[in-house]
Amino acid sequence: MKILTNIAVSESGYLFNPTNGDSFSSNLVATDIITLMKQNKTSDEIKKALHAKYDVEKSTIERDYDEFIQELGDNYLLSTDGK
Amino acid sequence: MSTETKEKLRYERPMIRKMNAGLMNKFGTRTEYQPTSHIDTVPVKRIIEQYGSPCFVISERTIRKTYQSALRAFKTRYPKVQFAWSYKTNYLDAVCKVFHQEGAWAEVVSGFEYEKAIRNGVPGNKILFNGPDKSIAELKQAIENESTIHIDHFDELYDLIEIVETSKKKAKVAIRVNMDVGVYPMWDRFGFNYESYQAWNAITKIMNCEKMDLVGLHCHIGTFMLTAGAYGIAASKLCDLAVNIKAKWNKTIQYLDLGGGFASTNTLRGSYLPGNDISPSFDDYAEIITSTILNYGFKQEDLPLLMLETGRALIDDAGYLVGSVLANKRLSDGRRATIMDFGVNILFTAFWYEHKISPAQEFTHHSEDMVVFGPLCMNIDKVRESVNLPLLNRGDQVVVHKVGAYNMTQWMQFIAMRPNVVMIDMKGEVHLIRKNETIDTLTDLESIPEHLKTFKF
Repeated sequence: MKILTNIAVSESGYLFNPTNGDSFSSNLVATDIITLMKQNKTSDEIKKALHAKYDVEKSTIERDYDEFIQELGDNYLLSTDGK
Repeated sequence: MSTETKEKLRYERPMIRKMNAGLMNKFGTRTEYQPTSHIDTVPVKRIIEQYGSPCFVISERTIRKTYQSALRAFKTRYPKVQFAWSYKTNYLDAVCKVFHQEGAWAEVVSGFEYEKAIRNGVPGNKILFNGPDKSIAELKQAIENESTIHIDHFDELYDLIEIVETSKKKAKVAIRVNMDVGVYPMWDRFGFNYESYQAWNAITKIMNCEKMDLVGLHCHIGTFMLTAGAYGIAASKLCDLAVNIKAKWNKTIQYLDLGGGFASTNTLRGSYLPGNDISPSFDDYAEIITSTILNYGFKQEDLPLLMLETGRALIDDAGYLVGSVLANKRLSDGRRATIMDFGVNILFTAFWYEHKISPAQEFTHHSEDMVVFGPLCMNIDKVRESVNLPLLNRGDQVVVHKVGAYNMTQWMQFIAMRPNVVMIDMKGEVHLIRKNETIDTLTDLESIPEHLKTFKF
């Protein structure tokens, strides 16, 4: 699942979707995930990076990651080109 | 992002929130939460480690402080004031004893509560016996102990008239009076009605019985009364009865009991404004009650003792429920749901209040609207319908505030067992005051008929 390429994300977690003008605030973990997605990292690489950075169980990351991707989709932030 | 950080960062589940331009929230953008990591200097984490999760925590310091502040509000305005601790609000012995140490009498509403007060060492003549259910044996015991019986209905009055015929002692009685105080719904199921002269009728019967001593007049006009003025009307009607009793029989009524019903600062479900902003203070109640009695025209020597049975407002703030997050999930409509390890089985007041819930550890500024569910496999088990809280992780600890009233008496052993209750004393020491229940607590009371003892599959 890929994030829209034109999404702008700042270091402080501010997201802007120039296609429809939506803006979002995000917390640190969400900012990390979006930044890594924009770097074309795979989901496994992203989860690994989160586990290395944060004090959290792998199973928690697994669950939260899937849910977060769903949330990105619900907010039209994911690419729909089928990749 | 660097993955070489030596010390790992605290994790918070990923969250984005769409930013909407619109009207400003007049209550501000920040929600009410602040981490509550300690209760009376004791770390919440330590309480949970030692006594498990969930666990009720009572602050002795807050009980005493609240009691003294209530007493001060009345005593600075009126010369004769006496509180009686409402047992039904919280009858854990340790809690009752704090109130008794502070000088409160006992106000009980059943034979069971009466026995509890006696066991707690309250002298019989310092117990007010209220409620519609008093057996003949209990009435006899109350007469013997010189407790004041607050008569609820005519059947009880006739029982008493019969009992005192053979009793050596006079029965000390008061009547409970219900009345219109301008508040809807009017509480008229307890006691004798004022407006229809039912109360006067009952008083006449008592005054005509030589072996009954009418010492007081009592009312309990409602619960969580947000209008202090209603107490002014109630006090005025009780004063009217007392003055008329004096005029007709030259009998001085010793006390007027305005009952309970003072609101705590909890927020009622559906309330537009928070309880802190709309609940009258002890001073508000005291001002209207005492000024009504003082201005009624009693002679100085006939000025009645003012008795108060407030429960909720004295104990709510002193109770906390500490618990943990069991799970997080997202509902079909996208709302976040957090499942706690405590539910309506032990937090009965969640049906009435929008309880304040605070995380017990530090959080970032991010927060989310969520439904807070309890652990019961029942749809009704909802602690908060919608609350804005920080992003809670599984295992995070939370503190529910102002749970001191009614929860530790109305809690249910339903699906799960009731947890430990601890009290933090004035020195910050933690004491277990009620042990958690186990399966034996229940099964010890059960018995199985012989033919059901074995089965085969």
